[in-house]
Amino acid sequence: MPTGVPLEFSGLSKRFGTVAAVSDLTLTVEPGQVTGFLGPNGAGKTTTLRMLLGLTRPTSGQATFGGTAYSALPSPLTTVGASLEAASFHPGRSARNHLAVYARAAGLPKTAPDAALERVGLSAYANRRVGGYSLGMRQRLGLAFALLGDPGVLVLDEPINGLDPEGIKWIRLLLRGMAAEGRTVLISSHLLSEVQQTVDEVVIISHGSLVHRGELSSLDVSDSKQVQVNADDRDRLAEVIRSAGYEVSSLRSGVLVENAEAGEIGRLAFEAGIPLTALSQKRTGLEESFLTLVGEEGAL
Amino acid sequence: MSRPRTSVATAIASETTKLLTTRLWWVLAVIMAGYVALCAGGIAAILGGLGSAASGPQIPEAQLPLLVYSFATSVGYVFPVLLGALAVTSEFRFQSLTPTFLAIPRRGLVLTGKLVTLLVAGAAFGAIALAASMGVGAGILAAVGVDPLLGEPEVWAFVGRSILAMALWSAIGVGLGTLVPSQVAAIVIVLAFTQFVEPLLRLGASFTDWSAQVAQYLPGSASDALVGSSIYTAMSGGTGLVWWQGGLVLAAYALVTTVIGFFTSWRRDVS
Repeated sequence: MPTGVPLEFSGLSKRFGTVAAVSDLTLTVEPGQVTGFLGPNGAGKTTTLRMLLGLTRPTSGQATFGGTAYSALPSPLTTVGASLEAASFHPGRSARNHLAVYARAAGLPKTAPDAALERVGLSAYANRRVGGYSLGMRQRLGLAFALLGDPGVLVLDEPINGLDPEGIKWIRLLLRGMAAEGRTVLISSHLLSEVQQTVDEVVIISHGSLVHRGELSSLDVSDSKQVQVNADDRDRLAEVIRSAGYEVSSLRSGVLVENAEAGEIGRLAFEAGIPLTALSQKRTGLEESFLTLVGEEGAL
Repeated sequence: MSRPRTSVATAIASETTKLLTTRLWWVLAVIMAGYVALCAGGIAAILGGLGSAASGPQIPEAQLPLLVYSFATSVGYVFPVLLGALAVTSEFRFQSLTPTFLAIPRRGLVLTGKLVTLLVAGAAFGAIALAASMGVGAGILAAVGVDPLLGEPEVWAFVGRSILAMALWSAIGVGLGTLVPSQVAAIVIVLAFTQFVEPLLRLGASFTDWSAQVAQYLPGSASDALVGSSIYTAMSGGTGLVWWQGGLVLAAYALVTTVIGFFTSWRRDVS
Protein backbone atom coordinates (compact mmCIF):
# COMPACT_ATOMS: atom_id res chain seq x y z
CA MET A 1 0.00 0.00 0.00
CA PRO A 2 1.51 3.33 -1.00
CA THR A 3 1.72 5.71 1.91
CA GLY A 4 1.33 9.43 1.80
CA VAL A 5 4.03 11.96 2.43
CA PRO A 6 3.39 15.46 3.76
CA LEU A 7 3.27 18.31 1.26
CA GLU A 8 5.53 21.09 2.46
CA PHE A 9 5.21 24.64 1.18
CA SER A 10 7.77 27.09 2.46
CA GLY A 11 7.80 30.75 1.53
CA LEU A 12 6.30 29.87 -1.84
CA SER A 13 5.77 32.94 -4.03
CA LYS A 14 4.99 33.60 -7.66
CA ARG A 15 4.86 36.93 -9.41
CA PHE A 16 3.54 37.46 -12.93
CA GLY A 17 5.03 40.81 -13.83
CA THR A 18 3.85 43.14 -11.11
CA VAL A 19 1.02 40.87 -9.99
CA ALA A 20 1.71 38.69 -6.95
CA ALA A 21 -0.24 35.52 -7.74
CA VAL A 22 1.01 33.71 -4.63
CA SER A 23 2.74 35.40 -1.72
CA ASP A 24 4.93 33.69 0.84
CA LEU A 25 2.81 30.60 1.32
CA THR A 26 4.05 28.40 4.14
CA LEU A 27 2.13 25.36 5.31
CA THR A 28 2.20 21.60 5.61
CA VAL A 29 -0.50 19.28 4.32
CA GLU A 30 -0.54 16.05 6.31
CA PRO A 31 -1.28 12.53 5.10
CA GLY A 32 -4.26 10.56 6.37
CA GLN A 33 -6.85 13.24 5.81
CA VAL A 34 -8.57 15.15 3.06
CA THR A 35 -7.45 18.77 2.93
CA GLY A 36 -9.56 21.32 1.12
CA PHE A 37 -7.60 24.08 -0.61
CA LEU A 38 -10.12 26.87 -0.85
CA GLY A 39 -10.31 30.35 -2.22
CA PRO A 40 -12.26 32.34 -4.77
CA ASN A 41 -11.41 32.13 -8.45
CA GLY A 42 -8.13 33.91 -9.07
CA ALA A 43 -6.90 33.49 -5.50
CA GLY A 44 -3.81 31.59 -6.66
CA LYS A 45 -4.90 27.99 -6.03
CA THR A 46 -4.03 26.62 -9.45
CA THR A 47 -0.74 28.54 -9.58
CA THR A 48 0.19 27.07 -6.18
CA LEU A 49 -0.62 23.53 -7.35
CA ARG A 50 1.31 24.05 -10.60
CA MET A 51 4.36 25.13 -8.61
CA LEU A 52 3.96 22.10 -6.33
CA LEU A 53 3.90 19.87 -9.42
CA GLY A 54 6.93 21.43 -11.08
CA LEU A 55 4.96 22.86 -13.99
CA THR A 56 5.52 26.47 -13.00
CA ARG A 57 8.71 27.81 -11.50
CA PRO A 58 8.29 29.68 -8.20
CA THR A 59 9.65 33.20 -8.02
CA SER A 60 10.92 32.25 -4.57
CA GLY A 61 10.40 29.57 -1.97
CA GLN A 62 9.69 25.91 -2.60
CA ALA A 63 7.11 23.19 -2.43
CA THR A 64 8.13 19.59 -1.80
CA PHE A 65 6.83 16.09 -1.17
CA GLY A 66 8.38 15.23 2.18
CA GLY A 67 11.45 17.26 1.23
CA THR A 68 11.75 16.17 -2.42
CA ALA A 69 10.80 18.53 -5.24
CA TYR A 70 8.49 17.07 -7.89
CA SER A 71 11.18 17.21 -10.57
CA ALA A 72 13.50 15.17 -8.34
CA LEU A 73 11.02 12.37 -7.62
CA PRO A 74 12.47 9.11 -8.96
CA SER A 75 9.04 7.77 -9.86
CA PRO A 76 6.60 10.68 -10.09
CA LEU A 77 3.35 8.97 -11.09
CA THR A 78 3.61 6.27 -8.42
CA THR A 79 4.32 8.94 -5.78
CA VAL A 80 1.89 11.69 -6.75
CA GLY A 81 -1.30 11.56 -8.76
CA ALA A 82 -2.50 14.91 -10.01
CA SER A 83 -5.35 16.22 -12.06
CA LEU A 84 -5.47 19.87 -13.03
CA GLU A 85 -8.46 21.86 -14.10
CA ALA A 86 -7.38 22.43 -17.68
CA ALA A 87 -8.65 19.76 -20.06
CA SER A 88 -5.34 18.27 -21.12
CA PHE A 89 -6.55 15.76 -23.66
CA HIS A 90 -5.93 15.29 -27.33
CA PRO A 91 -9.54 15.05 -28.51
CA GLY A 92 -8.69 12.47 -31.17
CA ARG A 93 -7.30 9.90 -28.76
CA SER A 94 -9.35 7.30 -26.91
CA ALA A 95 -9.38 7.28 -23.12
CA ARG A 96 -7.45 4.01 -23.00
CA ASN A 97 -4.78 5.31 -25.37
CA HIS A 98 -4.63 8.64 -23.52
CA LEU A 99 -3.75 6.79 -20.33
CA ALA A 100 -1.45 4.35 -22.16
CA VAL A 101 0.68 7.29 -23.36
CA TYR A 102 1.45 8.32 -19.78
CA ALA A 103 1.60 4.81 -18.33
CA ARG A 104 4.39 4.07 -20.85
CA ALA A 105 6.16 7.32 -20.02
CA ALA A 106 6.18 6.35 -16.35
CA GLY A 107 7.12 2.74 -17.04
CA LEU A 108 3.92 1.43 -15.44
CA PRO A 109 2.52 -2.05 -16.14
CA LYS A 110 0.43 -2.44 -19.32
CA THR A 111 -2.62 -3.18 -17.18
CA ALA A 112 -2.51 0.24 -15.46
CA PRO A 113 -4.77 2.17 -17.91
CA ASP A 114 -7.62 -0.35 -17.79
CA ALA A 115 -7.35 -0.62 -14.01
CA ALA A 116 -7.59 3.16 -13.65
CA LEU A 117 -10.56 3.39 -16.05
CA GLU A 118 -12.27 0.64 -14.06
CA ARG A 119 -11.80 2.59 -10.83
CA VAL A 120 -13.45 5.71 -12.20
CA GLY A 121 -16.25 3.85 -13.95
CA LEU A 122 -15.21 4.63 -17.54
CA SER A 123 -14.46 1.08 -18.71
CA ALA A 124 -17.47 1.07 -21.02
CA TYR A 125 -16.15 4.18 -22.79
CA ALA A 126 -12.46 3.21 -22.92
CA ASN A 127 -12.29 3.15 -26.73
CA ARG A 128 -14.34 6.25 -27.36
CA ARG A 129 -12.45 9.32 -28.50
CA VAL A 130 -12.09 11.83 -25.69
CA GLY A 131 -13.35 14.68 -27.88
CA GLY A 132 -16.86 13.26 -27.45
CA TYR A 133 -16.70 13.09 -23.66
CA SER A 134 -18.99 15.13 -21.41
CA LEU A 135 -17.52 17.41 -18.74
CA GLY A 136 -18.27 14.82 -16.06
CA MET A 137 -16.54 12.08 -18.05
CA ARG A 138 -13.50 14.31 -18.58
CA GLN A 139 -13.35 14.87 -14.83
CA ARG A 140 -13.39 11.13 -14.31
CA LEU A 141 -10.68 10.65 -16.93
CA GLY A 142 -8.58 13.30 -15.21
CA LEU A 143 -9.01 11.36 -12.00
CA ALA A 144 -8.10 8.12 -13.78
CA PHE A 145 -4.83 9.79 -14.84
CA ALA A 146 -4.20 10.75 -11.21
CA LEU A 147 -4.86 7.17 -10.05
CA LEU A 148 -2.76 5.60 -12.83
CA GLY A 149 0.27 4.87 -10.66
CA ASP A 150 -1.67 4.09 -7.46
CA PRO A 151 0.08 7.01 -5.74
CA GLY A 152 0.33 7.88 -2.05
CA VAL A 153 -0.45 11.53 -2.72
CA LEU A 154 -3.44 12.90 -4.63
CA VAL A 155 -3.50 16.53 -5.77
CA LEU A 156 -6.75 17.44 -7.52
CA ASP A 157 -7.72 20.85 -8.85
CA GLU A 158 -11.49 21.38 -8.72
CA PRO A 159 -12.26 17.65 -8.99
CA ILE A 160 -15.94 18.04 -8.19
CA ASN A 161 -16.64 20.69 -10.81
CA GLY A 162 -18.93 19.24 -13.47
CA LEU A 163 -19.86 16.04 -11.66
CA ASP A 164 -23.50 15.09 -11.23
CA PRO A 165 -24.86 14.48 -7.69
CA GLU A 166 -24.17 10.77 -7.97
CA GLY A 167 -20.63 11.50 -9.12
CA ILE A 168 -20.09 13.91 -6.21
CA LYS A 169 -21.16 11.23 -3.76
CA TRP A 170 -18.90 8.73 -5.47
CA ILE A 171 -15.79 10.93 -5.46
CA ARG A 172 -16.44 11.86 -1.82
CA LEU A 173 -16.36 8.19 -0.81
CA LEU A 174 -13.31 7.53 -2.97
CA LEU A 175 -11.29 10.43 -1.53
CA ARG A 176 -12.30 9.69 2.06
CA GLY A 177 -11.34 6.05 1.52
CA MET A 178 -7.93 7.01 0.15
CA ALA A 179 -7.27 9.35 3.08
CA ALA A 180 -8.31 6.60 5.49
CA GLU A 181 -5.64 4.39 3.91
CA GLY A 182 -3.05 6.94 4.98
CA ARG A 183 -2.65 8.80 1.69
CA THR A 184 -2.31 12.55 1.39
CA VAL A 185 -5.31 14.07 -0.36
CA LEU A 186 -5.40 17.75 -1.36
CA ILE A 187 -8.38 19.05 -3.33
CA SER A 188 -9.02 22.60 -4.40
CA SER A 189 -12.35 24.31 -4.80
CA HIS A 190 -13.79 27.80 -4.99
CA LEU A 191 -16.94 26.63 -3.23
CA LEU A 192 -16.79 25.53 0.39
CA SER A 193 -20.25 23.98 0.17
CA GLU A 194 -18.96 21.74 -2.63
CA VAL A 195 -16.32 20.09 -0.44
CA GLN A 196 -17.47 20.61 3.12
CA GLN A 197 -18.74 17.05 3.40
CA THR A 198 -15.47 15.70 2.03
CA VAL A 199 -12.68 17.55 3.79
CA ASP A 200 -11.26 17.28 7.32
CA GLU A 201 -8.96 20.27 7.08
CA VAL A 202 -9.25 23.51 5.24
CA VAL A 203 -6.58 25.81 3.86
CA ILE A 204 -8.04 29.08 2.66
CA ILE A 205 -6.18 31.54 0.47
CA SER A 206 -7.23 34.89 -0.84
CA HIS A 207 -5.28 37.19 -3.14
CA GLY A 208 -2.40 34.72 -3.02
CA SER A 209 -2.01 34.71 0.76
CA LEU A 210 -2.97 32.21 3.40
CA VAL A 211 -5.94 33.57 5.40
CA HIS A 212 -7.01 30.56 7.40
CA ARG A 213 -6.09 27.00 8.08
CA GLY A 214 -7.45 24.46 10.51
CA GLU A 215 -10.11 21.83 10.95
CA LEU A 216 -13.34 22.36 9.09
CA SER A 217 -15.16 23.02 12.38
CA SER A 218 -12.82 25.91 13.10
CA LEU A 219 -14.68 27.85 10.45
CA ASP A 220 -17.90 27.66 12.48
CA VAL A 221 -16.99 30.67 14.57
CA SER A 222 -20.26 32.53 14.43
CA ASP A 223 -21.07 34.41 17.62
CA SER A 224 -24.28 35.99 16.46
CA LYS A 225 -26.92 33.35 16.94
CA GLN A 226 -30.45 33.93 15.86
CA VAL A 227 -33.66 32.10 16.64
CA GLN A 228 -36.66 32.12 14.38
CA VAL A 229 -39.91 31.52 16.23
CA ASN A 230 -43.62 31.76 15.45
CA ALA A 231 -46.99 31.38 17.15
CA ASP A 232 -50.61 32.10 16.29
CA ASP A 233 -50.56 35.05 18.68
CA ARG A 234 -47.44 36.54 17.29
CA ASP A 235 -47.72 39.95 18.98
CA ARG A 236 -47.94 38.46 22.44
CA LEU A 237 -45.02 36.16 21.71
CA ALA A 238 -42.87 39.10 20.67
CA GLU A 239 -43.94 40.99 23.79
CA VAL A 240 -42.96 38.10 26.08
CA ILE A 241 -39.57 37.64 24.46
CA ARG A 242 -38.84 41.37 24.42
CA SER A 243 -39.66 41.67 28.09
CA ALA A 244 -37.11 38.92 28.79
CA GLY A 245 -34.46 41.32 27.43
CA TYR A 246 -34.01 40.05 23.86
CA GLU A 247 -33.85 42.11 20.72
CA VAL A 248 -36.79 41.11 18.55
CA SER A 249 -37.63 41.88 14.97
CA SER A 250 -40.59 40.91 12.86
CA LEU A 251 -40.37 38.55 9.94
CA ARG A 252 -42.95 37.66 7.33
CA SER A 253 -43.44 34.28 8.98
CA GLY A 254 -42.72 34.86 12.64
CA VAL A 255 -40.27 36.62 14.89
CA LEU A 256 -36.47 36.80 14.74
CA VAL A 257 -34.65 36.87 18.07
CA GLU A 258 -31.05 38.02 18.17
CA ASN A 259 -28.37 36.35 20.30
CA ALA A 260 -30.58 33.62 21.63
CA GLU A 261 -30.70 29.86 22.04
CA ALA A 262 -33.74 28.01 20.73
CA GLY A 263 -34.15 26.17 24.03
CA GLU A 264 -34.35 29.37 26.06
CA ILE A 265 -36.94 30.94 23.72
CA GLY A 266 -38.99 27.74 23.83
CA ARG A 267 -38.97 27.83 27.62
CA LEU A 268 -40.11 31.47 27.71
CA ALA A 269 -43.03 30.67 25.43
CA PHE A 270 -43.94 27.59 27.43
CA GLU A 271 -43.96 29.51 30.72
CA ALA A 272 -46.14 32.19 29.17
CA GLY A 273 -48.49 29.50 27.87
CA ILE A 274 -48.06 30.37 24.21
CA PRO A 275 -48.27 27.37 21.83
CA LEU A 276 -45.47 27.67 19.25
CA THR A 277 -45.96 26.84 15.59
CA ALA A 278 -42.27 27.08 14.71
CA LEU A 279 -38.96 27.26 16.52
CA SER A 280 -35.51 27.01 14.92
CA GLN A 281 -31.94 28.07 15.55
CA LYS A 282 -30.29 30.00 12.72
CA ARG A 283 -26.53 29.96 12.61
CA THR A 284 -24.17 31.94 10.50
CA GLY A 285 -23.02 29.04 8.34
CA LEU A 286 -19.58 27.83 7.31
CA GLU A 287 -20.14 29.40 3.94
CA GLU A 288 -20.66 32.80 5.50
CA SER A 289 -17.50 32.51 7.59
CA PHE A 290 -15.68 31.45 4.44
CA LEU A 291 -16.98 34.42 2.52
CA THR A 292 -15.98 36.74 5.34
CA LEU A 293 -12.46 35.29 5.25
CA VAL A 294 -11.98 35.67 1.53
CA GLY A 295 -13.91 38.91 1.21
CA GLU A 296 -12.46 42.29 0.50
CA GLU A 297 -11.26 42.51 4.10
CA GLY A 298 -8.79 39.77 3.25
CA ALA A 299 -6.85 38.49 6.24
CA LEU A 300 -8.38 37.81 9.64
CA MET B 1 6.69 -3.90 -6.45
CA SER B 2 9.84 -2.29 -7.74
CA ARG B 3 9.35 1.35 -8.53
CA PRO B 4 9.20 2.07 -12.22
CA ARG B 5 11.71 4.60 -13.49
CA THR B 6 11.48 7.07 -16.28
CA SER B 7 14.20 7.01 -18.92
CA VAL B 8 14.86 7.84 -22.55
CA ALA B 9 13.37 4.42 -23.35
CA THR B 10 10.08 5.17 -21.56
CA ALA B 11 10.00 8.62 -23.16
CA ILE B 12 10.38 7.07 -26.62
CA ALA B 13 7.72 4.44 -25.85
CA SER B 14 5.34 7.20 -24.74
CA GLU B 15 6.01 9.42 -27.76
CA THR B 16 5.58 6.48 -30.13
CA THR B 17 2.21 5.71 -28.53
CA LYS B 18 1.24 9.38 -28.87
CA LEU B 19 2.09 9.37 -32.56
CA LEU B 20 0.31 6.14 -33.42
CA THR B 21 -2.90 6.75 -31.45
CA THR B 22 -4.22 9.70 -33.44
CA ARG B 23 -5.14 9.81 -37.12
CA LEU B 24 -2.55 12.42 -38.07
CA TRP B 25 0.27 10.09 -39.15
CA TRP B 26 -1.67 7.95 -41.56
CA VAL B 27 -3.66 10.84 -42.99
CA LEU B 28 -0.38 12.62 -43.79
CA ALA B 29 1.18 9.37 -45.06
CA VAL B 30 -1.74 8.67 -47.43
CA ILE B 31 -1.73 12.21 -48.84
CA MET B 32 2.05 12.11 -49.24
CA ALA B 33 2.00 8.74 -51.02
CA GLY B 34 -0.69 9.92 -53.42
CA TYR B 35 1.03 13.23 -54.15
CA VAL B 36 4.46 11.65 -54.66
CA ALA B 37 3.05 8.87 -56.85
CA LEU B 38 1.23 11.42 -59.00
CA CYS B 39 4.30 13.64 -59.47
CA ALA B 40 6.75 10.77 -60.04
CA GLY B 41 4.38 8.98 -62.40
CA GLY B 42 3.64 12.17 -64.30
CA ILE B 43 7.27 13.12 -64.83
CA ALA B 44 8.17 9.53 -65.78
CA ALA B 45 5.46 9.51 -68.41
CA ILE B 46 6.38 12.94 -69.79
CA LEU B 47 10.19 12.62 -69.87
CA GLY B 48 10.29 8.91 -70.60
CA GLY B 49 7.45 8.93 -73.10
CA LEU B 50 8.50 11.98 -75.08
CA GLY B 51 12.08 10.76 -74.96
CA SER B 52 13.73 11.08 -78.36
CA ALA B 53 10.75 12.79 -79.96
CA ALA B 54 10.90 15.83 -77.68
CA SER B 55 12.72 18.98 -78.42
CA GLY B 56 14.11 21.03 -75.53
CA PRO B 57 16.47 19.94 -72.75
CA GLN B 58 17.39 16.28 -72.86
CA ILE B 59 17.97 14.33 -69.69
CA PRO B 60 20.26 11.34 -70.23
CA GLU B 61 18.29 8.13 -69.99
CA ALA B 62 20.59 6.79 -67.26
CA GLN B 63 19.73 9.76 -64.99
CA LEU B 64 16.00 9.57 -65.57
CA PRO B 65 15.11 6.85 -62.99
CA LEU B 66 16.81 8.65 -60.08
CA LEU B 67 15.19 11.91 -61.09
CA VAL B 68 11.79 10.24 -61.05
CA TYR B 69 12.38 8.41 -57.77
CA SER B 70 13.69 11.57 -56.09
CA PHE B 71 10.20 13.05 -56.12
CA ALA B 72 9.85 11.08 -52.86
CA THR B 73 11.97 13.76 -51.20
CA SER B 74 11.76 16.77 -53.53
CA VAL B 75 7.98 17.04 -53.16
CA GLY B 76 7.43 14.64 -50.24
CA TYR B 77 9.69 16.30 -47.67
CA VAL B 78 7.01 18.73 -46.50
CA PHE B 79 5.05 15.84 -44.95
CA PRO B 80 7.62 14.69 -42.37
CA VAL B 81 8.20 18.37 -41.52
CA LEU B 82 4.47 18.78 -40.86
CA LEU B 83 4.40 15.54 -38.87
CA GLY B 84 7.25 16.68 -36.64
CA ALA B 85 5.91 20.21 -36.21
CA LEU B 86 2.37 19.03 -35.42
CA ALA B 87 3.67 16.44 -32.94
CA VAL B 88 5.05 19.36 -30.92
CA THR B 89 2.47 22.09 -31.51
CA SER B 90 -0.49 19.82 -30.72
CA GLU B 91 0.99 19.38 -27.23
CA PHE B 92 0.81 23.13 -26.73
CA ARG B 93 -2.59 23.41 -28.40
CA PHE B 94 -4.28 20.70 -26.34
CA GLN B 95 -2.31 21.48 -23.17
CA SER B 96 -1.12 17.91 -23.05
CA LEU B 97 2.31 19.05 -21.88
CA THR B 98 0.81 19.08 -18.39
CA PRO B 99 0.29 15.29 -18.12
CA THR B 100 3.45 14.74 -20.16
CA PHE B 101 5.64 16.67 -17.72
CA LEU B 102 3.81 15.15 -14.75
CA ALA B 103 4.79 11.71 -16.02
CA ILE B 104 8.36 12.76 -16.90
CA PRO B 105 9.36 15.99 -15.13
CA ARG B 106 12.77 16.04 -16.81
CA ARG B 107 11.79 18.01 -19.87
CA GLY B 108 14.99 17.44 -21.80
CA LEU B 109 14.28 13.73 -21.60
CA VAL B 110 10.81 14.25 -23.06
CA LEU B 111 12.14 16.34 -25.95
CA THR B 112 14.89 13.81 -26.64
CA GLY B 113 12.28 11.06 -26.74
CA LYS B 114 10.18 13.08 -29.16
CA LEU B 115 13.15 13.83 -31.39
CA VAL B 116 14.22 10.18 -31.60
CA THR B 117 10.64 9.03 -32.20
CA LEU B 118 10.11 11.55 -34.98
CA LEU B 119 13.45 10.67 -36.60
CA VAL B 120 12.24 7.08 -36.87
CA ALA B 121 8.80 8.21 -38.04
CA GLY B 122 10.43 10.45 -40.67
CA ALA B 123 12.48 7.49 -41.89
CA ALA B 124 9.26 5.48 -42.16
CA PHE B 125 7.68 8.31 -44.13
CA GLY B 126 10.76 8.22 -46.36
CA ALA B 127 10.24 4.51 -46.99
CA ILE B 128 6.55 5.09 -47.82
CA ALA B 129 7.36 8.00 -50.15
CA LEU B 130 10.03 5.95 -51.95
CA ALA B 131 7.64 3.03 -52.30
CA ALA B 132 5.22 5.45 -53.98
CA SER B 133 7.75 7.15 -56.28
CA MET B 134 9.62 3.97 -57.20
CA GLY B 135 6.55 1.76 -57.43
CA VAL B 136 4.72 4.03 -59.84
CA GLY B 137 7.82 5.56 -61.45
CA ALA B 138 9.61 2.27 -62.20
CA GLY B 139 6.40 0.79 -63.60
CA ILE B 140 5.87 3.66 -66.02
CA LEU B 141 9.55 3.85 -67.02
CA ALA B 142 9.56 0.13 -67.77
CA ALA B 143 6.35 0.54 -69.75
CA VAL B 144 7.84 3.27 -71.93
CA GLY B 145 11.03 1.30 -72.43
CA VAL B 146 13.44 3.01 -70.04
CA ASP B 147 15.51 0.75 -67.78
CA PRO B 148 14.31 1.47 -64.20
CA LEU B 149 17.78 0.47 -62.88
CA LEU B 150 16.32 -1.31 -59.86
CA GLY B 151 19.28 -3.67 -59.70
CA GLU B 152 21.88 -0.89 -59.47
CA PRO B 153 23.70 -0.40 -56.14
CA GLU B 154 23.72 3.32 -56.90
CA VAL B 155 19.92 3.37 -56.75
CA TRP B 156 19.86 1.62 -53.40
CA ALA B 157 22.47 4.00 -51.98
CA PHE B 158 20.16 6.79 -53.13
CA VAL B 159 17.27 5.06 -51.31
CA GLY B 160 19.27 5.00 -48.07
CA ARG B 161 20.24 8.68 -48.36
CA SER B 162 16.62 9.63 -49.14
CA ILE B 163 15.36 7.86 -46.03
CA LEU B 164 17.99 9.68 -43.96
CA ALA B 165 16.91 13.00 -45.48
CA MET B 166 13.26 12.38 -44.61
CA ALA B 167 14.21 11.43 -41.03
CA LEU B 168 16.15 14.70 -40.69
CA TRP B 169 13.27 16.71 -42.16
CA SER B 170 10.98 15.28 -39.49
CA ALA B 171 13.49 16.33 -36.82
CA ILE B 172 13.56 19.83 -38.33
CA GLY B 173 9.77 19.83 -37.91
CA VAL B 174 10.22 19.07 -34.20
CA GLY B 175 12.67 21.95 -33.92
CA LEU B 176 10.32 24.31 -35.74
CA GLY B 177 7.42 23.24 -33.50
CA THR B 178 9.37 24.06 -30.35
CA LEU B 179 10.44 27.40 -31.85
CA VAL B 180 6.90 28.28 -32.98
CA PRO B 181 4.46 26.56 -30.60
CA SER B 182 1.42 28.10 -32.28
CA GLN B 183 0.00 25.37 -34.48
CA VAL B 184 -1.48 27.65 -37.12
CA ALA B 185 1.70 29.72 -37.34
CA ALA B 186 3.85 26.59 -37.63
CA ILE B 187 1.74 25.15 -40.46
CA VAL B 188 1.76 28.47 -42.32
CA ILE B 189 5.53 28.75 -41.96
CA VAL B 190 6.12 25.18 -43.17
CA LEU B 191 3.91 25.58 -46.22
CA ALA B 192 5.04 29.09 -47.11
CA PHE B 193 8.73 28.31 -46.71
CA THR B 194 8.82 24.94 -48.44
CA GLN B 195 6.39 25.70 -51.27
CA PHE B 196 7.18 29.33 -51.97
CA VAL B 197 9.97 31.13 -50.13
CA GLU B 198 12.76 28.60 -50.49
CA PRO B 199 12.15 27.70 -54.17
CA LEU B 200 12.20 31.44 -54.99
CA LEU B 201 15.33 32.01 -52.92
CA ARG B 202 17.10 29.14 -54.65
CA LEU B 203 16.10 30.40 -58.05
CA GLY B 204 17.08 33.98 -57.26
CA ALA B 205 20.36 33.00 -55.63
CA SER B 206 21.50 31.03 -58.67
CA PHE B 207 22.08 34.24 -60.66
CA THR B 208 25.23 35.33 -58.86
CA ASP B 209 28.15 33.29 -57.66
CA TRP B 210 28.33 34.38 -54.06
CA SER B 211 24.58 34.08 -53.46
CA ALA B 212 24.68 30.60 -54.96
CA GLN B 213 27.41 29.79 -52.45
CA VAL B 214 25.14 30.87 -49.61
CA ALA B 215 22.05 29.24 -51.06
CA GLN B 216 23.60 25.80 -51.00
CA TYR B 217 23.16 25.94 -47.23
CA LEU B 218 19.40 26.42 -47.51
CA PRO B 219 17.69 23.32 -46.10
CA GLY B 220 16.12 22.33 -49.41
CA SER B 221 19.49 22.58 -51.23
CA ALA B 222 21.19 20.63 -48.47
CA SER B 223 18.51 17.96 -48.75
CA ASP B 224 19.00 17.71 -52.53
CA ALA B 225 22.75 17.42 -51.98
CA LEU B 226 22.21 14.61 -49.48
CA VAL B 227 19.80 12.74 -51.76
CA GLY B 228 21.95 13.42 -54.82
CA SER B 229 19.21 14.01 -57.33
CA SER B 230 16.15 16.20 -57.70
CA ILE B 231 14.17 18.11 -60.26
CA TYR B 232 15.86 21.32 -59.02
CA THR B 233 19.40 20.06 -59.45
CA ALA B 234 18.49 18.59 -62.82
CA MET B 235 17.35 22.04 -63.91
CA SER B 236 20.12 24.13 -62.36
CA GLY B 237 23.06 21.81 -62.69
CA GLY B 238 23.78 20.43 -59.24
CA THR B 239 24.62 21.86 -55.85
CA GLY B 240 28.02 22.49 -54.39
CA LEU B 241 27.75 20.30 -51.33
CA VAL B 242 28.62 16.62 -51.31
CA TRP B 243 26.03 14.25 -49.87
CA TRP B 244 27.41 13.96 -46.34
CA GLN B 245 27.82 17.72 -46.06
CA GLY B 246 24.19 18.11 -47.03
CA GLY B 247 23.26 15.63 -44.31
CA LEU B 248 25.27 17.54 -41.72
CA VAL B 249 23.64 20.84 -42.73
CA LEU B 250 20.16 19.30 -42.33
CA ALA B 251 21.11 17.76 -38.98
CA ALA B 252 22.44 21.16 -37.86
CA TYR B 253 19.11 22.83 -38.72
CA ALA B 254 17.27 20.19 -36.69
CA LEU B 255 19.59 20.42 -33.72
CA VAL B 256 19.87 24.21 -33.57
CA THR B 257 16.10 24.82 -33.85
CA THR B 258 15.36 22.15 -31.25
CA VAL B 259 17.93 23.45 -28.78
CA ILE B 260 16.75 27.06 -29.16
CA GLY B 261 13.12 25.91 -28.90
CA PHE B 262 13.97 23.97 -25.75
CA PHE B 263 15.07 27.17 -24.06
CA THR B 264 12.41 29.50 -25.51
CA SER B 265 9.23 27.43 -25.18
CA TRP B 266 9.81 23.94 -23.85
CA ARG B 267 11.21 25.00 -20.47
CA ARG B 268 8.66 27.74 -19.90
CA ASP B 269 5.91 27.55 -17.28
CA VAL B 270 3.12 25.27 -18.43
CA SER B 271 -0.36 26.64 -18.07
